[in-house]
Amino acid sequence: MSLILPFEQIIEKDRPRVGGKAYALSVMAKTGAKVPSGVCIIADAYRRYVRSTGIAEQIRLELSRKRFVDMRWEEVWDAALRIRNKFLTTPLPRRLYGDLSRPLLQRFGDVAVVVRSSAPDEDSARASFAGLHESYVNIRGTEAMIDHVRLVWASLWSDAALLYRRELGLDVSRSSMAVVVQELVRSERSGVAFSRDPNDDTRAVIEAVHGLNQGLVDGTVEPDRWLLERRSGRIISHIPAVRENRVVADEGGVGAGPLPDELRNRPPLDETEILRVYSLLLNAEEFFGSSQDMEWTMKCSELFLLQSRPLTTAANEEKDDKRPWYLSLKRSFDNLRILRRKIEEDILPSMIAAADEMAARDLTGLTEQELRSEIIGRVDVYNSWVAVYWKDLIPFAHGIRLFGIAYNDAIRPKDPYEFMNLLAGTGMEGVQRNRMLNEMAALVRSALYTSDKLRERLADDRRFQDLLLGFMARFGDLSCGTKQCSQGPDVITDLVIELASAPEVEERSAPKDVTALEKSFLARFEGHERSHAEELLDLARTSYKTRDDDNIYLGRVKGQAIMAIDEYMRRFSKDGSISEPELKKAIEGISAPDTVPPKGPGKNMQEEGFRSKARQITGQPAGPGIARGKARVIADASDLHRFRAGEVLVCDAVDPSITFIVPLAAGIVERRGGMLIHGAIIAREYGIACVTGIPDATSLIHTGDTVTVDGYLGIVTIG
Amino acid sequence: MQDIQQLKETIKALFDSQRLAVLATQGDVRPYGSLVAFAATEDMKNLLFATTRATRKYANLLKNRGVALVMDTRTNQTADFADAAAVTALGDVEEIADHEEQELANIYLDKHPYLREFIASPTTALLRVNVKTYIMVSRFQNVQELHVGE
Repeated sequence: MSLILPFEQIIEKDRPRVGGKAYALSVMAKTGAKVPSGVCIIADAYRRYVRSTGIAEQIRLELSRKRFVDMRWEEVWDAALRIRNKFLTTPLPRRLYGDLSRPLLQRFGDVAVVVRSSAPDEDSARASFAGLHESYVNIRGTEAMIDHVRLVWASLWSDAALLYRRELGLDVSRSSMAVVVQELVRSERSGVAFSRDPNDDTRAVIEAVHGLNQGLVDGTVEPDRWLLERRSGRIISHIPAVRENRVVADEGGVGAGPLPDELRNRPPLDETEILRVYSLLLNAEEFFGSSQDMEWTMKCSELFLLQSRPLTTAANEEKDDKRPWYLSLKRSFDNLRILRRKIEEDILPSMIAAADEMAARDLTGLTEQELRSEIIGRVDVYNSWVAVYWKDLIPFAHGIRLFGIAYNDAIRPKDPYEFMNLLAGTGMEGVQRNRMLNEMAALVRSALYTSDKLRERLADDRRFQDLLLGFMARFGDLSCGTKQCSQGPDVITDLVIELASAPEVEERSAPKDVTALEKSFLARFEGHERSHAEELLDLARTSYKTRDDDNIYLGRVKGQAIMAIDEYMRRFSKDGSISEPELKKAIEGISAPDTVPPKGPGKNMQEEGFRSKARQITGQPAGPGIARGKARVIADASDLHRFRAGEVLVCDAVDPSITFIVPLAAGIVERRGGMLIHGAIIAREYGIACVTGIPDATSLIHTGDTVTVDGYLGIVTIG
Repeated sequence: MQDIQQLKETIKALFDSQRLAVLATQGDVRPYGSLVAFAATEDMKNLLFATTRATRKYANLLKNRGVALVMDTRTNQTADFADAAAVTALGDVEEIADHEEQELANIYLDKHPYLREFIASPTTALLRVNVKTYIMVSRFQNVQELHVGE
């Protein structure tokens, strides 16, 4: 049986093998709509590939690592990346390659094509979600086509698809993916159209941009928008866009560029063309018998249908469904470039200034009333920065991911996280803070003070005091943000003493081959593509550094709020509590900057005659290395000062208030999961074994347990 | 990880679904593995199996009562790596005393009625493992222990 069916040969019984998209295109072509010439690689090819290479089982193992409900979206993204890399690094078996390459070469030769997903069921009314699977534009040559077919197959397991796995009925043993390969139409104008406005049944919507559709779909290019009366096609309103950019096919795929001046003032469609799109839309709706969501494109006034599928409305989305937000974190390069400027030029300097301004205010002279207002004001300031953190700083972390995918596509490394080697060593704040602590510890070691009255001796040591003052000026009181500000610099001195008792832990110097890795990555690109790759690497480095620095800066703002609260407690609270309602409310309203999985009710592990104990738990491999040591469970800030060098840090999440003990840790186990979370990044920076995403870690592991942290496989063994 | 109630139920369900277990005994030089028909007591404290007295496993047991029994839900498919669960029971074996023989033999024969003749033979020993620990492995690498009598 042929694995490739030209559109013109597809009949109704092929639908389960060709998927919704290919089927819709083939029938629309038969009704006379202009559809770019193409073929469908049927789902059987996917099945042959995943079964004969063992990828099917590897996906199954990847997805059964832990219960899906226990996975944070970052872990879902990590799993999808690992799965994608398996497809990327596993070539087609020779016979399958021959079965696909011969007909593709025959049909397309060297013509540029679009390679798109056509998952069976993808476009049914039950599971019509845009953007779950991948499409690749401007692909040329059989080799490249087959490479991208593999990537489209991999996107059956994309992070977005995994988030909607239930709706899609994703199942390793049953799910499959067909692929559409079509000639690329180098169009001048493109867009989408909805035969029914989700907000108003009586209207239809048409959106259009200059250039290819990719810019509209990924949000880089703002479209012109027309609302039409559904019955007559009469234009009700036109909402013009600020037309600045367009996406066009370039040497390496597609790229965004500035729109020529003469097009900036011209809407992509005139009234006659709007009516033509509208009429194609109605034809599709009439033919399929349901409201349609259509993609179209126009070249030399010829209108092409790119896809048509049943329209889904947001009506059945649950109110607390966070998935659309997760998916909105996926940003394009251009979008991230704009965001970077905003973060570097505005957000971070303003956040630092806010903390500095608060730090400059003297709290000791304030009356009770004044201090109360000060606290409420500081909590407000902090909470407003937390909102900025969610809105702009978290999405900026996507720069790391964008680079990771570009790196993996270019290099196809065995380790899907090899790209992180190129990002480490960027001089992040957390590491610099630890560097200063290490300097003080080195001084304590070299001074050979005996442990007797060590604190007092250090208080008299001018060099040490200078370093301590310098440290506090730069990073504030370490313990702020941990509700222990009132302990003052002693907390830092104690920490330095502990650091000095252990051999110095050096932050990982950049691996020797980083320059070679960087060279080999950049060597894959030429000309304009090369400078794009360089810029992407630079963006990812900033994104990586910001992932840590923003937490430190935010911690400083929070520290200032806590410091005011401590001052109030010291002077005005009689019994160690706060009774004034407004103040109480403000303090309780201090936002958490990032999410930690909520702790469920403690598990009952004992009953008469039986006792249960976790022996080995699987999480996410987040920092390569292996470590064995006694566990120290950090339940709250007051546990921090008990941390001893060589212990394994077990906590909810390594946040800025914990980072400073990381160099003391032999290994790290975190409840919060992901490869790119703060703790994982810091662990990598020091080369410390780290496993994240063990939701029960702080209850199943007890302080004093001997634990082995396998950061290669993501496994923690207790005992 | 499962709480103790869930864990006990999972292990019991595995007992119900499986007839055979791999028994590991300690020989003079090296361990010895054999397949046995097993049954479990309701309180999970004992696992039962039978062997004729001329066997290598019986000879091993006379010298060293410590055993491991492995029961699992594999189906000989690659999906087992993700989906199968295995329970290893660690404990000491003893031959069943006369006064409990009938009760325990009934438990064993309820599960394996076709072994009635085998059990009735004077050359067969019905043995009981006093389980100290169950170790359950699921999802390829997740391991949880259940200690008995604590």
